[in-house]
Amino acid sequence: MCDTNQLSKISTQVRRDILRMVTLAKSGHPGGSMSSTDILTALFFKVMKHSPENWTRDGKGHDMFFLSAGHMTPVLYSVMARSGYFPVSELASFRKCGTRLQGHPSIRKGVPGIYEAAGSLGQGLSVALGAALAKKANNDPNFVYVLLGDGESQEGQVWEAAMFGAQHKVDNVIAMTDWNGQQIDGTVDSVMSLGDLQGKWEKFGWHCIVADGHDFGCIEDAFKSAQCESGKGKPVMILFKTEMGHGVDFMAGTCEWHGKAPSAELCEKGLAQLEETLGDF
Amino acid sequence: MKFENSGNKDTRSGFGAGLAELGRTNPDVVALCADLTGSLKMDQFAKENPERFYQAGIAEANMVGVGAGLALSGKIPFIGSFANFITARVYDQIRQSVAYGNTNVKICASHAGITLGEDGATHQTMEDIGLMRMLPGMTVINPCDYNQTKAATIAVAEHQGPVYLRFGRPSVPNFTPVDQKFEIGKALKLIEGTDVTIFATGHLVWEAIQAAQTLQQEGISVELINIHTIKPLDEKAVIESVAKTGAVVCAEEHLIAGGLGELVAGVLARNCPAPVEFVSVDDQFGQSGTPAELMKLYGLDSESIVKSVKKVLSRK
Repeated sequence: MCDTNQLSKISTQVRRDILRMVTLAKSGHPGGSMSSTDILTALFFKVMKHSPENWTRDGKGHDMFFLSAGHMTPVLYSVMARSGYFPVSELASFRKCGTRLQGHPSIRKGVPGIYEAAGSLGQGLSVALGAALAKKANNDPNFVYVLLGDGESQEGQVWEAAMFGAQHKVDNVIAMTDWNGQQIDGTVDSVMSLGDLQGKWEKFGWHCIVADGHDFGCIEDAFKSAQCESGKGKPVMILFKTEMGHGVDFMAGTCEWHGKAPSAELCEKGLAQLEETLGDF
Repeated sequence: MKFENSGNKDTRSGFGAGLAELGRTNPDVVALCADLTGSLKMDQFAKENPERFYQAGIAEANMVGVGAGLALSGKIPFIGSFANFITARVYDQIRQSVAYGNTNVKICASHAGITLGEDGATHQTMEDIGLMRMLPGMTVINPCDYNQTKAATIAVAEHQGPVYLRFGRPSVPNFTPVDQKFEIGKALKLIEGTDVTIFATGHLVWEAIQAAQTLQQEGISVELINIHTIKPLDEKAVIESVAKTGAVVCAEEHLIAGGLGELVAGVLARNCPAPVEFVSVDDQFGQSGTPAELMKLYGLDSESIVKSVKKVLSRK
């Protein structure tokens, strides 16, 4: 089990992976990947009960994770590879023709760890709720985790799912929002404000937790609290306050790097800010 | 050439009866409905299996996703709404979470076509077959009467993969033998003939039977084939029949665009070109009226089929 120091080392390496993957692919989405890196590092290396070697798509007997904001594949593939779903060297194939590591998650190429396609936004929470209902029906006590973007939460389907989760008391789902306040066209507030996001989830009948998404102590506490709330009749949403592009100064806090790869030169500048802790792919 | 109508019934009730039977025989079957449980005749299943029925409310996009999630761990979700709201309204959800994701979801569409009637064009979809058959890997089924719809419902539960199952609201003759097994992808030859082949699907099959009987009296030998599975199409049956007759009429409660007729015409163009006439709707929306009035107004009845047969024979 990883301590905070180890998680920090992993997340630094994951951010290096993200930068290098999108630079090699000359495309991809580094900004949101880097805002959610610490959340997914904690989830994959400490919180989630999963066994990458024995993964099956039916999710039976282990926790499941759905990435609803499907464009965040750089961070997803990195934490998957680093936790043993497939060889780390495969990260170099990201977005290349014929790769298993498609631009957005695909079940078509046989990559273990991907339960469902994602990319067209707003669908993952619904799918996660279905998977969670199936776990209840199968008497499987494990959790279903799902990560949304805050911009993604402008999709109406997210709120359909919010109502459904409360109505059917899907209290074995732990949803997370990467609340970085940025989307393609600008800040979320300038594009289409979500208003009181915490209040919205609470009014929709969810147990809502707000936590710092870059502090491993806070992240772990949030997950522990979420797990404690399970089985009490309400689904749980953790709003993780994060920073777009966190970890690299020129990418941080701006929407500019939502879906753009840096030049080789800028990539090097970013890598200089991130220690190679586990060995690059 | 005898077809016994055991009494008019709606095909949606065939679906409801099939689903209720699945509820008793297959514990993996679950059902979701978007506030139309009575209209879809899903209430019997819901009553007998409350723990396996999920009311989704008027929120079809979420229902598609929840269905996909349930399917991952081996549940067999039947998700139901009116045909327009379970196709066009949620096309991207079906495309990504069901078709591309290859989840074992059964999309159950009632009130399909113009025979939905009085509600008018907002509720009458004649585009749904085209939309669904464009999705890679999607099976598209459009049975013709109560018994066939019931049998199809039971059959799709055994089929692994996404299915679009289309049925309707009006009471129509029920003539499929009650014990006839439904074989997905296998065309059903109802009448042997030599002059012309009619490929019909859904409610138009009974109209085609009437047309064939009229034509028989005029000395025209019709071969009638019920295409209950539009995708995958039984291409072998199509080619074999047309190689013999050399003339084709396709009849369906759908637009020409994307429908069975275009599909058959494509197969023929690639294999054995022959003249084809379409008994379907050309680039129009529907309107309010009784099902019978609308079928006549839009040329979706036996009279139109008879005319189309004569026309296609003149082009032979």
